[in-house]
Amino acid sequence: MADIKLTDVNKIYGGKVHVLKDINLDIEKGELIVFVGPSGCGKSTLLRMIAGLETITSGRLEIDHEHVNDVPPAQRGIAMVFQSYALYPHMTVRENMSFALKLAKKSPQEITESVDRAARILQLEPFLDRLPKALSGGQRQRVAIGRSIVRDPKVYLFDEPLSNLDAALRVATRIEIAQLKEQMPDSTMIYVTHDQVEAMTLADRIVVLTVGEGIGQVGNPLQLYERPENEFVAQFIGSPAMNLLPGKIIATGKQTTVRIAGGGVAVSDAPSKSSDENLKVNVGVRPEDFSETKGDYIFEGEVDIVEALGEVTQLYFKAQKGGDPIIGKLAGIHSGLRGETVRLTAEPNKVQVFHEGKSLYYR
Amino acid sequence: MDGMAGTSSKLTWAVHISAVLLVALWLFPTVGLLVSSFRTADQISSSGWWASVFSSEQRTVIRTVDPDDFRIEENSAFAVTGDLFAADEEKEVIAWGTSSREVEAYAPGDLVDLGDGESITVDSEGTYSWKGNEEQLSGRGKRVFATVVSPPDFTTDNYERVLFSGDSTDGMAKTFFNTLTVTIPATIIPIVIAAFAAYALAWMQFPGRAILIASVVGLLVVPLQLALIPLLQFHNNIGIGKGYLGTWMAHTGFGLPLAVYLLRNYMVGLPRDIIENAKVDGATDFQIFTKIIIPLSFPAMASFAIFQFLWTWNDLLVARVFLIDATGETTVMTNQIVELLGTRGGNWEILATAAFVSIAVPLIVFFTMQRYLVRGLLAGSVK
Repeated sequence: MADIKLTDVNKIYGGKVHVLKDINLDIEKGELIVFVGPSGCGKSTLLRMIAGLETITSGRLEIDHEHVNDVPPAQRGIAMVFQSYALYPHMTVRENMSFALKLAKKSPQEITESVDRAARILQLEPFLDRLPKALSGGQRQRVAIGRSIVRDPKVYLFDEPLSNLDAALRVATRIEIAQLKEQMPDSTMIYVTHDQVEAMTLADRIVVLTVGEGIGQVGNPLQLYERPENEFVAQFIGSPAMNLLPGKIIATGKQTTVRIAGGGVAVSDAPSKSSDENLKVNVGVRPEDFSETKGDYIFEGEVDIVEALGEVTQLYFKAQKGGDPIIGKLAGIHSGLRGETVRLTAEPNKVQVFHEGKSLYYR
Repeated sequence: MDGMAGTSSKLTWAVHISAVLLVALWLFPTVGLLVSSFRTADQISSSGWWASVFSSEQRTVIRTVDPDDFRIEENSAFAVTGDLFAADEEKEVIAWGTSSREVEAYAPGDLVDLGDGESITVDSEGTYSWKGNEEQLSGRGKRVFATVVSPPDFTTDNYERVLFSGDSTDGMAKTFFNTLTVTIPATIIPIVIAAFAAYALAWMQFPGRAILIASVVGLLVVPLQLALIPLLQFHNNIGIGKGYLGTWMAHTGFGLPLAVYLLRNYMVGLPRDIIENAKVDGATDFQIFTKIIIPLSFPAMASFAIFQFLWTWNDLLVARVFLIDATGETTVMTNQIVELLGTRGGNWEILATAAFVSIAVPLIVFFTMQRYLVRGLLAGSVK
């Protein structure tokens, strides 16, 4: 129900450790934004800065057009769901959910109404008089979410809310959160996770944070997948990670042609200027975009390991010196490829070209 | 696997055996004190407390009543009847005799002919009947050697004397309440102060916090004896003098470092998320303290309360220095027991009773709150 604006936000610990660098971000009302990034990138720190639990070293944070850098957490109109749920262990579910309202001096009737409403939404009605220790992990998680719904905040903040749940429950709760978002289309949500599936399925837009270099890219999930802005985002989104093959541009224009070191030729839809010829670049192809070919190829190599998953077959090629092994993911079942030499190619619009880490699509 | 199972069961045995040993070590003197406090001075000096729990067998010499005064004439013969024991004694004769050479010659109920028509019989309840002519039943009473079994015999006289006599030499009642007057505030005041301090040291940001924590740890090892005389002088100078107020302050001061240290360590181990969540929920520091921290720190506070209660209850030094004056009106139990040792050094029954009165309350406190003691200690140190 509010938009959030971060302008040149920095976080420096102890005057030395630069965790977050020049974060500029506009979050629109009603959006579900997901922060992802490798561990140590400061995604939780950024969330806690928006919550008001960490100070902002420099920069400006606005919630609903109000400058809130020095406003205490309770007055920012936010609600936060912690990874550990942070339920008050000595209070029943009902007391947990009404704690904030009691502090806000709401009338008992109002409190009962909003707690009952939240309990209905989250199917917590049978558990209202239980203590947290008598609940399962998923129920605790729902109580934590219920506690934030009750407060009717402008912004919901989720700090890895599903990482303490087992796999099945994680999927179920993820869907519940998606439904919750649909029921409250006006509420703004910020969600921190390290799980790509959560990020891809839940997000309106994803913010990829790098370690110490600020934001890698902001965009909707498929944009990030199909047109990564840089090598970092390209390799972070998707699993297994995108293959990077070093090479040299040999033809420019609307399409770019690259001769890969060690043989193949890659054609990409990324545009290039004539001055780019002979530029050293990395060609990026996702394992799932490779297909087997007998003719022109981007990559040729001897299959080292075959992983047959039924749905797909993953081929691991011998690593070129100093690099990661090249991985190909072919649909269906392919047997007897081990030790064979296989040629792989890909559609031009699935091929990325990076110069000094930056994609040629974004110049 | 067998080896592992073997060692673990040996370890279990070692644990069990040492537990039994420790329990015995603690129980033996305590039960002894308890049993002794229910015995008379004579019983304590004649046999150990462990003997008093069972029936005891004793050989005694008892004289019958004086025939000159009590004999009854029947058909020109005379008889003396009576009971070897007092009416309320539940003793049993299992054998008896009339001569010191044969003390167990006869069974109860035997009629023994002593020659010339003189006879005597003693039954198991100690009733005797001695018959003979006028000459035989004269002079002193007849000696009866009896082997007597007496049942366990306990008395509450000692407790009546110590608690209810109102005697200022032996009485513990008044000093019991004096000790309570010292102990209860001396337990509550430091906990309240320390809880506030511990929260601030654990969860609030302010300059000098680390130094304060370090100095609390430093104060843990300062012996309180150092402060006794300067503090007393200080109390006299500001007009408190000797009295309860000064004692409470002294106990509070001496108890605070450990209280702050224990509670701070416990509170710092509470999950940060819970406190931050309360902040997001809009709680002030004071509300976080009263509504979240205090309920969650209850085990640690209870464990410190037990400690502080026990050692203020058993304290003699601080009470001597800060409380007890020449009038003796404010004397505490520990001091009363010391004085009893002087005035009643030989009266073990009084000393045992007084001692048991003074350990009864700590025992009750310990057994009702021991689960907090263990949990609080573990939580404070290991986390």
